[in-house]
Amino acid sequence: MTTQSTVTPNNAPVSRKGIEAARARQAIWFLLPTLIAIALVAGYPLYRTIYYSLFEANLTNPDQAKFVGLHNFWFTTEDGIGIGFLQDPKWWQSVQNTLLFTVVSVFLETVFGMIIALVVNSNFKGRAFMRTAMLIPWAIPTVVSAQMWTYMYNDSFGLIGRGVLGGRALLADSSSAIWAMIAVDVWKTTSFMALLILAGLQSLPSDMYEAADMDGASKWTQFWRMTLPLLRPALLVALVFRSLDALRVFDIMYVMLGANNAATTSMTGYARLALIDNQLLGSGSAVAVAIFVIIMAIVVAYVTAFRVKFD
Amino acid sequence: MLAKRNPTLFYLQRIGFYVLVILIAFYLLFPFLWAVLTSFRRGGDLFLVPSKFILAPSTISNYVTVFNNPQFQHAFLLSLVVAAGSVALSLLIGTLAAYALGRFRFKGKSMILYIILAVSVFPQIAVLGGLYTVVQASGTYNNPVALIFSYLIFTIPFTVWVLTSFVRDIPGELEEASLVDGATPLQTLFLVLFPVMMPALVTTGLLAFINCWNEYLFALTFTSSNRTIPPVIANFSGASQFDQPWGPIMAASIVVTVPLIALVLIFQRNIVSGLTAGAVKG
Repeated sequence: MTTQSTVTPNNAPVSRKGIEAARARQAIWFLLPTLIAIALVAGYPLYRTIYYSLFEANLTNPDQAKFVGLHNFWFTTEDGIGIGFLQDPKWWQSVQNTLLFTVVSVFLETVFGMIIALVVNSNFKGRAFMRTAMLIPWAIPTVVSAQMWTYMYNDSFGLIGRGVLGGRALLADSSSAIWAMIAVDVWKTTSFMALLILAGLQSLPSDMYEAADMDGASKWTQFWRMTLPLLRPALLVALVFRSLDALRVFDIMYVMLGANNAATTSMTGYARLALIDNQLLGSGSAVAVAIFVIIMAIVVAYVTAFRVKFD
Repeated sequence: MLAKRNPTLFYLQRIGFYVLVILIAFYLLFPFLWAVLTSFRRGGDLFLVPSKFILAPSTISNYVTVFNNPQFQHAFLLSLVVAAGSVALSLLIGTLAAYALGRFRFKGKSMILYIILAVSVFPQIAVLGGLYTVVQASGTYNNPVALIFSYLIFTIPFTVWVLTSFVRDIPGELEEASLVDGATPLQTLFLVLFPVMMPALVTTGLLAFINCWNEYLFALTFTSSNRTIPPVIANFSGASQFDQPWGPIMAASIVVTVPLIALVLIFQRNIVSGLTAGAVKG
């Protein structure tokens, strides 16, 4: 950004400030469409969601909203019935399942992604083929992979449901369903992790490894002492993005388990059930606000704990 | 070093490595290949044990069913319109913003970059209720326009981030020369920088297109009869079968996936660089 001074070298001292100010004014115009678009599709709807979270409102008739404060979050009626979503065991079950899903699938994706990236980064016949194969699960739409796996898990047709498990309906049982979901997500997104790690690996200097070889360091030591620390920044950013995606998971649960079971396996599924299927605009918005707060808190925690730099 | 000292160990390692490669390839490709195989089998053959299923006669009847399904045709067309519309809009707006963020110096720039980044980590569910009331109030429920606009929530931050990092890497002389010749910044952007940005625009556009093509939550919520591909695939029921028609479902899945895979393989190199620019750098 030091280019302005060279624009008009002869009268630079006179006009430099003027040019800078003019460019700053122009920049606003260039940014305006983006800022308006963000305000329209993100800012205003978010404000509406937060607003409705404090009201008792119905989706079909949002104008007839009644202010109830934080009752959507926590409220016990005179009969002792808790109607806030924070008092609903199903919500806490969805939180627990989402966290389990996120931690396990992101961990497995990182490990598998690292293995695949290390394999593809070494020299062997068929490397080009592997690089291509790597992209395929990632390129398949999530809904399609959900259908593919539902079919494989099917207890009367499926390779896994009938063949491996001998006709057990894996998806019908909520304790096994979450692991089935993890398997789908790991299959689908390990490629993405591997791609990011591979890009990081390829930016590492090769002469460093030659030197380590000369010094007699084993491949194992090289991996732990050199590759991993140098890969840390790329790995962290990939981790942040994958974790956030996993926390927002919706598609695979909703397609594979249906609206009701998705509500106990993912926070997003729980929110959508309340908001759209049950038409409870107020209560559903309150859940959505909670998810927003959880995710933003995790982002802030990640960024500060690991000092992730985005620039 | 190892090879020179101990050839047996070297070959064992080599074999182990290739076993690993084959395992990985199998893991990555098998579910998809199994779906492809199923899409070419008759409904009755799905009950067969795998060894007989693989050798059963092939048929294209599932594909005929899918292509003759008016709902599927409609969804395919609609997905194209929605994805193309959203991508075109976000590329146009995103290029302007990326130019300002990559080449201009002004107060509040990092603030704006952080706002855009924050939007990209937005959980879509957080705006779902609010957006639904907006969509309803504006009369665009069940209208592709609602999807084109709502998809900007993820296409805009993505395009702006990737293009900004690209604009920064363009040599400054290009822009200076054009400004010295008296071009306005808008002319400079569209006549000088735009052509240079072509590869980045294609890559970003393609990745954004894939995201729009796959989007499920908004498509499911803001439309009823005018559905895009994902909700239709999720509820696909063949012509008139009572049980889940897995043959046609797999055929429909393959039909909507193959164009994506083709695009991804053609633009392989660009995609990897686009993904890393979007994700690793920011």
